[in-house]
Amino acid sequence: MVSAPVARRASQRSQQVEEMLREYLPILVFLGIAIALGAILILAAVVLAVRHPDPEKVSAYECGFNAFDDARMKFDVRFYLVSILFIIFDLEIAFLFPWAVAFKDVSMVGFWSMMVFLGVLTAGFAYEWKKGALEWQ
Amino acid sequence: MISADLNIILPEIVLAVFAMLALIGAVYTGKDKLAPVLVWASAAVMLLMAIWIGTTGGQDQTAFWGMFTDDAFARFAKVAILLSAAVVLLMSEGYMSRHGLLRFEYPVLVLLSVVGMMVMVSAGDLMTLYMGLELQSLALYVVASLRRDSERSTEAGLKYFVLGALSSGLLLYGASLVYGFAGTTLFSGVIAAATEGHMSLGLLIGLVLMISGLAFKVSAVPFHMWTPDVYEGSPTPVTAFFATAPKVAAMGLFARLLFDAFGGAIADWSQVVALLSLLSMFLGAIAAIGQRNIKRLMAYSSITHMGFALMGLAAGTAFGVQAMLVYMAIYVTMNVGTFAFILSLSREGQPVTDIGALGMYSKREPGKALAMLVLLFSLAGVPPLVGFFGKLYVLQAAYGGGLAWLAVAGVIASVISAYYYLRIVFFMYFGEEREEALDTGGSPVLWGCLMVSAFLMVAGVVNLFGVEGAAAAAAATLVN
Repeated sequence: MVSAPVARRASQRSQQVEEMLREYLPILVFLGIAIALGAILILAAVVLAVRHPDPEKVSAYECGFNAFDDARMKFDVRFYLVSILFIIFDLEIAFLFPWAVAFKDVSMVGFWSMMVFLGVLTAGFAYEWKKGALEWQ
Repeated sequence: MISADLNIILPEIVLAVFAMLALIGAVYTGKDKLAPVLVWASAAVMLLMAIWIGTTGGQDQTAFWGMFTDDAFARFAKVAILLSAAVVLLMSEGYMSRHGLLRFEYPVLVLLSVVGMMVMVSAGDLMTLYMGLELQSLALYVVASLRRDSERSTEAGLKYFVLGALSSGLLLYGASLVYGFAGTTLFSGVIAAATEGHMSLGLLIGLVLMISGLAFKVSAVPFHMWTPDVYEGSPTPVTAFFATAPKVAAMGLFARLLFDAFGGAIADWSQVVALLSLLSMFLGAIAAIGQRNIKRLMAYSSITHMGFALMGLAAGTAFGVQAMLVYMAIYVTMNVGTFAFILSLSREGQPVTDIGALGMYSKREPGKALAMLVLLFSLAGVPPLVGFFGKLYVLQAAYGGGLAWLAVAGVIASVISAYYYLRIVFFMYFGEEREEALDTGGSPVLWGCLMVSAFLMVAGVVNLFGVEGAAAAAAATLVN
C-alpha cells in the first residue's frame, strides 16, 4: 500500500528528473549533428578526393620515428614522462580558463582555492625539476 | 563559514602540508639520506593526528555544504587508519633500507594515501568519495612497484593500476547514474531519492555498479583476482600496508555509501553484499589451502576476512556496522603482528616467503614462534582469543539481521580456513628441519610489534580495550 505523500513525492521527483534530462537535450542534438557531419566529411573524401598514392603516402604515419613492423617495441621512458608533464599542465590550463572567465563572480574563497591549487602544482613541478626529470642527456 | 569548514578538515590539511614540505625539503637537501628520518617523522605526525582525532571532537559536524562529514564513525575509522599506517611505516624502515628500497618518496606517498583514506571515510558526497579514493589509489599504485628493477614488483604495480582503473570506471559509471536519477551528488540528497520500494531502475543499477567498484577495493570475490598477485609481487612492507589501512578505509567508505546514501533501501543492497560476503569467505578459505608462499596465503586470508566484515554490513543494522568496525580493528591488529613476523623471516639476509622453510622454527626462536602461534589461532578464530570474538560479533549481527544462512556458511568457511593457519603452526612446531636455517634475531621494532600484537590478542579478551563502546557510538551515528 503506497501512502499518498510518498506517491506524490515520487511523481514530483520523476518530474524533476524529466526537467533535468530536458536540459541535456541540446547535447543530444549536438551529438547527432557531430556524428552526421563527421560521417559526411569522411565519405566526401571517398567520393571527391583525387588519388595519387605512392609508398611514402600510404605508409603509416608515426611521429618522431619510422614506422616499425610491431607496435610492441621498446621506447624511451622519457617520452612517457614528457607526455605526463604535458597532461598535467594542460589540465592546469583547463582549470584556469573557467576560473579566469568567471573571475568577477568568484569570491575570495574561489581566488585562494586556485592559488592553493597552483601552489600544490608548483611543489610537484619543483620536485620533478630537482629530481632531474626535465634533463634529456 | 569557510574558516569553520577548514577547521573541520584540519587533520587532513596538516598531513597533506607535511607531506608536501617533506617532499620539497628532502629533494632540495639530502634526498634518500633523509629517508629514515622522514619515516620516523611521518609516523610521529600520524600518531599525533590519531591522538588528536581520538581525543577531540564531540559533536558531529559537516563541512563544505555537507560534502565532508566529521562524525564518530569517521573518527573511529581515522584513528584505526592512522595508527595502523604509522606502525606499518615504522616496521618497514629496517627491511627497506636493508634491501636498498628506502627512498624518501616512500613515506611521502604513504602519507598522501592516508590523507586520501581519511577523506574516503568522511565522504558526504559522490565527488568527495571519488577524490579520496583516487588520492589513496594513485599513491598505492606507485608504492606497489617500488622495486623498479624487479619484474614481479612492476607487474604487481601495473596489474593493480589497470584493475584499479577498471574498478574506478565502474564506480564512476555508477556514480553518474546515481547523480542522473537522484539529481544530486550529496549523500543527504541521494537518501531522499532512494527509498525502499521506490527505487528507480537507474538508481538501482548505479548502486550495484558502485558496490562492484568498491568490492574491487576491498578485494571481495568476484572482484578479488588482483589481490594474490599484488600481495606477492609488492615488497613485503608494502604488502603489510595494503593488508591494513586501505582495507579499513575501503570498508569505511563501503559502509558510508550504503548507509548514508542508500540507508533507506537496505533490502535492495543487503542481498548483494551478502552474496559478496559468502563468495569471499569460501573462495578465500579454499584457495589458500594450496598456497605455500606466505604472502599469497595472507592475500587469500584477507579475502576471507573481508568476507566476514561484509557479513556485518549485509545485516543492515547498527549492530552490524558495530560488528564490522570491531572486526576490522581486530583484523588490522592481527595483520600488523603477522606481517611483523613475515618481515623478520630471512635466510642470510635474503627474505623468505616459503612456509616450508619454517620447519622446527620453534626450536630456534621459541618466543617468536609462540607469538605467531597466538596470532594464527586468533586469525583462525579459535575460541579463547580475540579473533574469535570478532567472528562471533559478525555472526551475531548476521543472525540478528535475518541472515541465519549466511552465519552458518560463515562458521563452515571459518572451519575450512583454520586448516591453513594451523598448517603453519604445524610447520613451526613439528615440521621438517631444513639444512639451511633461517636467521635468528632481527630488528627490535619488528619483535616489539609481533609481541604487542600477540599480547593484545590474549589480553583483549577481557574487554577488547573499549573498542566495542567506541564502535557502537560510531555505528549509531551512521545508522539512524
